[in-house]
Amino acid sequence: MSLMNNLSNSMIYSSSSAFLAPTSFNSRTHNVSVPLKSPRIVKCIATPQEEQTAYKTKVSRNANIAKLQAGYLFPEVARRRAAHLLKYPNAQVISLGIGETTEPIPDVITSAMAKRSHALSTLEGYSGYGAEQGEKALRAALASTFYGNLGIEEEDIVVSDGAKCDISRLQIVFGSNVTMAVQDPSYPAYVDSSVIMGQTGHFLKDVERFANIEYMRCTPENGFFPNLSNVARTDIIFFCSPNNPTGAPATREQLTRLVQFAKDNGSIIVYDSAYALYISDENPRSIFEIPGAKEVAIETASFSKYAGFTGVRLGWTVVPKQLLFSDGFRVAKDFNRIVCTCFNGASNISQAGGLACLSPEGLEAMQEVIGFYKENTKIIVETFNSLGFKVYGGQNAPYVWVHFPGRNSWDVFTEILKKTHIVTTPGSGFGPGGEGSIRVSAFGHRENVLEACRRFKHLYN
Amino acid sequence: MYKLSACSSMACGISLQTMVLNSWKVRNYKQGSGRCTNVPRNVNLEKLQNNYLFPEISKRELQHLEKYPNAKVISLGIGDTTEPIPEKISLSMANYAHALSTAEGYRGYGAEQGNQALRKAIAETFYKDVAIKDTEVFVSDGSQCDISRLQLLLGSKVTISVQDPSFPAYIDSSVIIGQAGDFQDKTGKYQNIEYMQLGPQNNFFPDLRITPRTDIIFFCSPNNPTGHAATRKQLQQLVDFARDNGSIIVFDSAYSTYISDDSPKSIFEIPGAKEVAIEISSFSKFAGFTGVRLGWTVVPEELLFSGGFPVIHDFNRIVCTCFNGASNIAQAGGLACLSPEGFQAIRAVIDYYKENAKILVDTFASLGLEVYGGVNAPYVWVHFPGSKSWNVFTEILEKTHIITVPGSGFGPGGTEYIRISAFGQRELVIEASWRLEKLLSKGKSPFLTV
Repeated sequence: MSLMNNLSNSMIYSSSSAFLAPTSFNSRTHNVSVPLKSPRIVKCIATPQEEQTAYKTKVSRNANIAKLQAGYLFPEVARRRAAHLLKYPNAQVISLGIGETTEPIPDVITSAMAKRSHALSTLEGYSGYGAEQGEKALRAALASTFYGNLGIEEEDIVVSDGAKCDISRLQIVFGSNVTMAVQDPSYPAYVDSSVIMGQTGHFLKDVERFANIEYMRCTPENGFFPNLSNVARTDIIFFCSPNNPTGAPATREQLTRLVQFAKDNGSIIVYDSAYALYISDENPRSIFEIPGAKEVAIETASFSKYAGFTGVRLGWTVVPKQLLFSDGFRVAKDFNRIVCTCFNGASNISQAGGLACLSPEGLEAMQEVIGFYKENTKIIVETFNSLGFKVYGGQNAPYVWVHFPGRNSWDVFTEILKKTHIVTTPGSGFGPGGEGSIRVSAFGHRENVLEACRRFKHLYN
Repeated sequence: MYKLSACSSMACGISLQTMVLNSWKVRNYKQGSGRCTNVPRNVNLEKLQNNYLFPEISKRELQHLEKYPNAKVISLGIGDTTEPIPEKISLSMANYAHALSTAEGYRGYGAEQGNQALRKAIAETFYKDVAIKDTEVFVSDGSQCDISRLQLLLGSKVTISVQDPSFPAYIDSSVIIGQAGDFQDKTGKYQNIEYMQLGPQNNFFPDLRITPRTDIIFFCSPNNPTGHAATRKQLQQLVDFARDNGSIIVFDSAYSTYISDDSPKSIFEIPGAKEVAIEISSFSKFAGFTGVRLGWTVVPEELLFSGGFPVIHDFNRIVCTCFNGASNIAQAGGLACLSPEGFQAIRAVIDYYKENAKILVDTFASLGLEVYGGVNAPYVWVHFPGSKSWNVFTEILEKTHIITVPGSGFGPGGTEYIRISAFGQRELVIEASWRLEKLLSKGKSPFLTV
């Protein structure tokens, strides 16, 4: 595909983070007015005038990547935020878009990381390559903290540099010949990584779906849990609970049905529990609370939203020994091979932080921070409720899912941004089922959240 | 692949294999075990021949320790750095960690491409004279990870060539992504991979006149495991070869800071390279960051796919989708590494390892063995003609309690060689040299070459 073609194609899908008007490829810090955090845009160079004479290799572009419709969702949101700041340099932009943690990490945790850093300068404390699967003490602590009585052991757990990275590593394990199902709406990394791996077939523009993906619609009408009798069998089922973006937690009864569905179909559930500690009620925190899950499920999780480790980078994935491919081969063995070959372990300093997170003091400190964000969520929910919106989520997750019936979610996103200088995330970025809704994230300093709610009230009253 | 078993009666018209396969699956479910899922294993992973090389070496070390619990094992196998990180650098990481507990110092998600100051520092430190921009630098959590991300970028339909011998991640990641075809036991090679043999006979640089075209050429210089640094002339040939063939070089410069002579430290020193090459590199062996996890990849804007699409755009998409940036604390450390003071302190550690390498080279040379490398890289490559490298590895381990790496782990071209890494505390390296002298001096070992 010629460069010019691609330019015009991606402009149709206006959410492309790649090609704007020809401009130099530059990382984001044009916006010097941004105080603490830099925006996260990357613009690609476009050199149409040189195209005819520019040397080209004879290597074909990966057709799978060409299937991606636009830039990844969150850099696109960041790009729009940055563009907005350029236009309104004095605007007090409040970011409730990307699920970006804002509160400092508790001392007990950062002290452990500082201590580990210092130790690396000493003979006794220096360590080089760690086990690719993670440090033993951390794996053991994860097992006992989160899976204590669920029969998941230290060796079933692999430490990662975050759930997003492990999602792609899991896709590498599965390969291109598997089919997958996702909740609709859901976290875009499942679909995008699937496209990159070549599992998805072509994008069907009229229905805004990839041909080979099974989209499991989750709506208020079905309690945000798919009607499994309408879901075709796929090899892999991505299931996030509490859900990003809807905030819906699956109940024990629902997860039992999901596990049975996977068992009946011989499928593997990839269960994303990144927000489990936000659960307020009795809903399961781990898929392994459901009997039989060990034979059908992998669970991935993250310290990002628990400990503010979005920049520190730490997470984990559980692959039970009982999980087998159709020929009886252990999935954990293949995952281990990928982890040893395509990865080299999470940073030892981050792992020291993770271990501190799981100390009694660390757990308590994390709960406090989580509680803070949950209070933010409550404030946002109340605001939208009071304005007469249909509001979902917010009880068991740091996201509020607000319905704007009949409206295009990118339009609502743009309107909110223009009129209130608040960044949100348009629901359609999470799948066709997200159209007509906006995700408002509850990460932010309290005063910003309160101010944002004031502005929402002003706009929508 | 599937276990054959007694068929249950099924309708005719289905192939026997399908019947057996289906019946096997049905049988499993009928038995109520539900043991296996119905998800097929990735056939690419089945093609991998053994464990990844370095965990296998670790395993052997552990087994040896179990057998000889009192042995003083010296590890000159896995290239694991041993010397502490200079204080200035670890201090900056500690300070960054502390700052994360403050309102002003807290940072959440960073740019997936890396911290801007760090990208700039990398561009200025390593690519100043070759005009690589900070926007072309992508910070990673290490080369091993970026090699796989590059494979995700390139996809299953490209062909690759590797040096033989070379760092096993190029081949293994290629197999995993589906480029490599089947393994051929007879040759010890994957069907679709082009192995560019390196040896003393061709001055450790492939004869490009007889090398078929592939889409991608993985080229590590200074080379792991041979230690050879390609000359400017050789790299110009490589760039010209890539240009003529429309190929992309993935140039691994992880050991460039070990170069002692005027061999190029970056592929971009070669005119024309920006249109044909990607460069990957790492803080691991440079700064002792093997556990801290930091590296980078350079994708020039000029590098285009056959349709004219910039490779950098797709790499950026991979980085944004399959990665979420290197740890911010590690990046703070990286920035400190590139300060004048930090860089100087690191040079002292590199020199320490290079002195180790010299000791090892001298040891083997004095025994009359053919020894290569050790001058521009922290690896010493020793030839044991007529031998099988796993046997030599085992003999050395059994008789001297020293871990090395058998050359065949790096490809069939490494069969008669052993790689000895120069990372280690000085006294252990000296002790190891002494033990090796004892083993390999005349008459005491079947592996001596006259």
